[in-house]
Amino acid sequence: MSATPMSAGGPAASGATAQIVKRPGGGVRTLPLLAPSVALLLIWMIVPLAMTLFFAFRRYNLLNPMIHGWAGINNFKYLFQDPALLHSLLVSVIIVVGVIVITIVLGSILSAVFSQPFAGQGVARVLMISPFFVMPTVSALVWKNLLLDPVNGLVAAIFRMVGLQPVAWFSVFPLASIMAILCWEWLPYAFLILFTSLQSMDEEQLEAARLDGASPVDIFLNIQLPHMSRAISVTIMIEMIFLLSVFAEIYVTTAGGPGYATTNLTFLIYQRALLAFNVGGASAAGVIAIVLANIVSAFLTRSVGKRLEI
Amino acid sequence: MSYGVAKKTSPVAGTVAWISALVMFFPIAWMVLASFKTEVQAVQTPPLIIFKPTLINYRDIFAEASYLHFAANSVVIAVGATLLTLVIGVPAAFAMAFYPTNRTRGLLLWMLSTKMLPAVGVLVPIYLLCRDLDLLDSRTALIIINMMSNLPIAVWMLFTFFRDLPKDIIEASRIDGANLRQVLLHVLLPLVMPGIASTGLLGIILCWNEAFWSLNLTAHNAAPLPAFIASFSAPQGLFWAKLSAASVLAIAPILIFGWISQKQLVSGLTFGAVK
Repeated sequence: MSATPMSAGGPAASGATAQIVKRPGGGVRTLPLLAPSVALLLIWMIVPLAMTLFFAFRRYNLLNPMIHGWAGINNFKYLFQDPALLHSLLVSVIIVVGVIVITIVLGSILSAVFSQPFAGQGVARVLMISPFFVMPTVSALVWKNLLLDPVNGLVAAIFRMVGLQPVAWFSVFPLASIMAILCWEWLPYAFLILFTSLQSMDEEQLEAARLDGASPVDIFLNIQLPHMSRAISVTIMIEMIFLLSVFAEIYVTTAGGPGYATTNLTFLIYQRALLAFNVGGASAAGVIAIVLANIVSAFLTRSVGKRLEI
Repeated sequence: MSYGVAKKTSPVAGTVAWISALVMFFPIAWMVLASFKTEVQAVQTPPLIIFKPTLINYRDIFAEASYLHFAANSVVIAVGATLLTLVIGVPAAFAMAFYPTNRTRGLLLWMLSTKMLPAVGVLVPIYLLCRDLDLLDSRTALIIINMMSNLPIAVWMLFTFFRDLPKDIIEASRIDGANLRQVLLHVLLPLVMPGIASTGLLGIILCWNEAFWSLNLTAHNAAPLPAFIASFSAPQGLFWAKLSAASVLAIAPILIFGWISQKQLVSGLTFGAVK
């Protein structure tokens, strides 16, 4: 981190160079360079948002043109009376919190293990991070069929071999099974980020601690873990962004079931909008998703934004 | 400082690390193995580990399942969206890194915040817009959507690369008599190319694996590989070997990309906060 020229000094230190570089020759106008990105992102943010808000107060069903007009707050009223909503929120929270806790804990331990020198470290690391590059539909189907299928799956075969009854994972433990897939996809990410942050650790500090007789556990808890704190908070932020909108893994394995057991908010909205064609109801749920995401992101940008170097 | 003490390898850490790595990689390896089995062998219990490999699944995927159609969609969407992202994102990142103002920080954080808008919150309007503009099941729609959702990440990543470049180089070459075009082409371009290349790589990886919009906005014509693979979820316990072969083909290019660029990915995937 210390290599970044503009971090520690902040605006005061960089101000001097900025003065010189600014407006070389005839003056550089940065607006034309910035405008396309800013304009596109503004449109991307505002237009669908406004439409979602608008539809949330309309009576609108794609299959039935006779239903139209303003709905007032009825879409929200139905939504809040629907037990599926509260349950889907709970499922979303369980997925996000569970997967983040598991991947961060395992990821930080593994990154400390991998930062020890051992034979074939490079190859082991490449194998370790590979699942992150597998597209979600592939990982979900491989887990659902090849590994966890109760009849022909590998786990079932192993269970039978040791004399246990095979388990229909996706019917008996549907949410846990999906979380297992998600952990497999996201542990490599947490590991990669945390391992990279450990690479910038001062080797002499570790050596000194070792000479003082500190055990590997002491070193991990008191030196390496604090060093990773910034990387951990960034990992939490990114994982939260992606895990709040888990979709493909549910779509190809349980389709939200059994019942509503694995229906998170994303999948609920998909069901309402594209399976039930209820635009009004789906938009109302969309508004809830956006409000929740904004609460989370306000909290995140405040805590993580401070840590981002600009 | 480092001379003298040779680093001791640690057998305990090595064992734990290798076991974890093999466990994590196992599902991929098992899938590759299954792709060389016949359909009967693939569902056999106890599972076969030693068998005579066959290429029949790969042949079938190309011949019957028109794998190439979906792969072509994936390539067009990923490359198209990534090129567009770079064309729009590079100037913005350049401006913010080389000519920072006191609004730059806020602007960057705002861009990041658009990434936090959940895709599903705007699923309905995007779906309806695509329907009304006749863009359902079209590659154009997916290119635009992928471009939009990757733009904030790309700008951040490019910004962190550009920020670390020597700023006074432009001024210096201008003093030496180079005109703006020459400065851009011969001085800046070689400097920024590595950053642009890694950002492009990350963009392609993200587009290639994007599943939410692919599944919701395409049927067949524009369907990329994630949607193609999802179509194997319908018949239960059938076609595992074919599913595996299709999956291997779908993930192989990106896996290799990822292995090559893991270092650069970190800075992109953490918005420059970890290097």
